[in-house]
Amino acid sequence: MPTRDYAGVSIQTNEEGFMTDSSQWTPQVGEAIAREVGVWPLSEKHWSVITFCREDAAREGQPPGLRRIAKNSGVDMKALYQLFPRGPGKLAARIAGLPKPKSCV
Amino acid sequence: MNTQYTTPSASTAPPLLDEPAPEPIRRVSIICSKGSLDMAYPGLILANAARMSGIEATLFFTFWGLDIITKSKVDSLHVSTVGNPSMPMPTMLGGLPGMESFASRMMKKEIAKLEIPTIRELLSDLSDSGAHLYGCKMAMDMFHLTREDLVPQVEDVISAMDFFDKSAGAQIIFI
Repeated sequence: MPTRDYAGVSIQTNEEGFMTDSSQWTPQVGEAIAREVGVWPLSEKHWSVITFCREDAAREGQPPGLRRIAKNSGVDMKALYQLFPRGPGKLAARIAGLPKPKSCV
Repeated sequence: MNTQYTTPSASTAPPLLDEPAPEPIRRVSIICSKGSLDMAYPGLILANAARMSGIEATLFFTFWGLDIITKSKVDSLHVSTVGNPSMPMPTMLGGLPGMESFASRMMKKEIAKLEIPTIRELLSDLSDSGAHLYGCKMAMDMFHLTREDLVPQVEDVISAMDFFDKSAGAQIIFI
């Protein structure tokens, strides 16, 4: 299994760069991933999204789809695309140390 | 003679092409030419998934596909019960009065149960995502539709030649 070095820690990921053990995640690891995927600097709104994704995934056992994030995180759809212009569906989960979401919406 | 064939496992099979990994898709253009509920969802969901992955998405609605973006029809798209080989009922029954609205109601119920957005919600999500929605000029003239008949998420009414200009570098999908 590939590993990547984030914030001085060796982190397990899959080929696409998603963390495979979300318990290895720390805010510093999240920041390092965000830099790597070009979502930088992280604003307060980014953190609301990241925190929502982690809390929701812990509750539901799977990372939230984008619609679910837009409905429940306090950050609407338009803003999500401004915060993660290169693909909010994947990048929010990736920075939050979660698997790639299965949801298509 | 009894010969044993073995299938090489994925890990031992030689790579088919000795080439670098293919370039990721950057742009898609989707032509929506059908207006039934089961033909409306695929195009809109694909475009939405593209935007969620950071891929540029353009949608071109033509012929019956215009129903998807017509104000008076967007909330009442139907599933076709006749001439639809996947429909779990004989075609003769599918033609009975009320059958189509019954099937449509059932499908919409399933859609709501799975928290799949309605067509109208999807159009709004797509517009918020920065996808481009266009109506086809010729089909609109044919059906006597004007810009005012379309939902506000539609960016413009364009010709097929315009569509190709706007699709430069895109993978084109026809539905």
